[in-house]
Amino acid sequence: MRAKSLFLATAVASALALAAAPGARAEGIKVGMITTLSGGGASLGVDVRDGFMLAVKMSGRDDIEVVIEDDQRKPDIAVQLADKMIQSDRVDLLTGIIWSNLALAVVPAAVAQGKFYLSPNAGPSQLAGAGCDPLHFNVAWQNDDLPAAAGTYLAAEGFDNTLLLAPNYPAGHDMVNGFKRTFTGGINGEIFTKLGQKDYAAEIAQIRASGADSVFFFLPGGMGISFLKQYADSGVDIPLFGPAFSFDQGILQAVGDAALGVRNTSQWNKDIDNPANKAFVEAFQAEYGRLPSLYASQGYDTANLMISAMEKADVSDTDAFRAALEEADFDSVRGKFSFAPNHFPVQDIYVREVIKEGDVFTNRIVGVAATDFVNAYVDQCKM
Amino acid sequence: MSLILVIEQVLNGLQSGVMLFLMAAGLTLIFGVMGLINLAHGSLYMIGAFAAAAVAGATGSFLLGLAAALAASAAAGALIEASVLRRLYGRDHLDQVLATFALILIFSEGTRWLFGSFPLYLDIPDWLSGPVLLPGGIHYPLYRLAIIGVGLLVAFGLFALISRTRIGIRIRAGEADREMIGALGVNISVLYTLVFALGAALAGLAGALIGAIQSVQVGMGEPVMILAFVVIVIGGIGSIRGALVGALLVGLTDTLGRIFLPMLFGLFMEPTAATTTGSALASMSIYILMAAVLLVKPTGLYGSAG
Repeated sequence: MRAKSLFLATAVASALALAAAPGARAEGIKVGMITTLSGGGASLGVDVRDGFMLAVKMSGRDDIEVVIEDDQRKPDIAVQLADKMIQSDRVDLLTGIIWSNLALAVVPAAVAQGKFYLSPNAGPSQLAGAGCDPLHFNVAWQNDDLPAAAGTYLAAEGFDNTLLLAPNYPAGHDMVNGFKRTFTGGINGEIFTKLGQKDYAAEIAQIRASGADSVFFFLPGGMGISFLKQYADSGVDIPLFGPAFSFDQGILQAVGDAALGVRNTSQWNKDIDNPANKAFVEAFQAEYGRLPSLYASQGYDTANLMISAMEKADVSDTDAFRAALEEADFDSVRGKFSFAPNHFPVQDIYVREVIKEGDVFTNRIVGVAATDFVNAYVDQCKM
Repeated sequence: MSLILVIEQVLNGLQSGVMLFLMAAGLTLIFGVMGLINLAHGSLYMIGAFAAAAVAGATGSFLLGLAAALAASAAAGALIEASVLRRLYGRDHLDQVLATFALILIFSEGTRWLFGSFPLYLDIPDWLSGPVLLPGGIHYPLYRLAIIGVGLLVAFGLFALISRTRIGIRIRAGEADREMIGALGVNISVLYTLVFALGAALAGLAGALIGAIQSVQVGMGEPVMILAFVVIVIGGIGSIRGALVGALLVGLTDTLGRIFLPMLFGLFMEPTAATTTGSALASMSIYILMAAVLLVKPTGLYGSAG
């Protein structure tokens, strides 16, 4: 009983403190970044963080304070961090989450408390459709987007018997559904694997026996490394396609020759020809000594979007700041960039091919899969 | 569904089983002899993989990488035994869990500090890459066959070591009555360090062999660690034979369940629902197996009563 009343008193006190907070700071912004910096998915979070911090540094502004915490890829920890950042760090804006299941745990509560959330990666369908929110912006893609573009591409290339492979979690289902929405050819079958699975011998045997003419797969991070190496070693020669996540700069070196020639869809690549991208790729290499990845480009764009809004409005003026974000008035490294009504990007999606430049495995653009692509959930969003 | 697919999946199950055995053998040996629950066993697996990737990357030789994996993980095992775990043999299991969990964090962040957050490259050597044609027209990767061979070889070697050699007698004696063998003049602390290093080397070997077909990255050991615990619970804690049988059971159940459960559900459900339900049930299958074994034999298949 005593603990309960103590808790109540604390809650009331912090509510009072919160109510007094707005307008206290005239300028500047405090950003809470929750991202994955340890464990298996760390390379993604590190890239988002580095891209974001590079843009902050390049802006030369000293009124941006970033609190960075590691979510360990665990939803419960992400929720705790968000609570801490909102209540004790008093951040104005949250960003950084990589994984869709974590985003679903954090974002609805954060925006309900009046905080902006800018997603540098995860774009689950739930947050794009009925669960969209005026304070939530996605600067990467909706989960369906890259696979949907791949579906268009494969159909155009004449494939008609495609096998689909993805992990059994929200983004995995989004990816498979996205592909099926645009792919007009025949589907051979679907395989859902455990999230984090590393051995694909059983699935590869199934692919070998399937008689499919193409395989579309979504296996981000270490899962993709394992799958590609094992697939190459199995001698199965059915062509592979996928969204960019298994062909990212961070993991291609670990995959090696096994990924060469595989085509994948992406909204960004380092050879997109515009001044913002050139500056980004050069600055990133100079700062961190490695090539930037897709995730780094998303972190960089997220920070630049935020900075562009800061130049027009103060973050404490929620409506003005939101309107400024909606304009997306920044030089995206992707070239064209604007927001659909549900605050997800409208952008071109390219087809890339894995190549070897000297000793380094990387991608080059070989075509355009979709122009001004709008995600499929716009109509379900009421705001 | 053809017979070839079934045979290929059984081979896959065997391969995953023998690798689990390498992990579980060390774990069960350490528990059997020292009574220590070592959560950090997965870190030794990771150390093996990183040592193999680093040395194979620098020298270009996979075999040197394997040797480095054995040496590095055995050394790491001996080091943590002598510095930390030795103090915990007399303590409660909960203290051991706490300390070895701390070791996981230290090893993971230490590895990240040394090698960075990005996965390392370790590939199958050319002379083991590609598929071979088995009788019956089955294409099967040579490397996975080699893994099965190495795993079985290690299993027989371990049985021979424990049942036929002097050191094996001491290990068994240590399991039975640690005070008595100390009183008989066996240097018990050297024996413990040796057993620990042996268990660690087996984990490191598994890490290096598996690292070549999966990704070498921080945190790679923990999922395997959980499976290894399931294996020794099924097999009976402290029993090497139980570890082998348990590992093969878990490997086969997991592999066959992953493929055939969705197909089974497909017979009477629509395809998308069948794959989703089947996959969900498949990821539970080994735990269902464990529960079933414990219902019938509460101490595991080969566990000693009490």
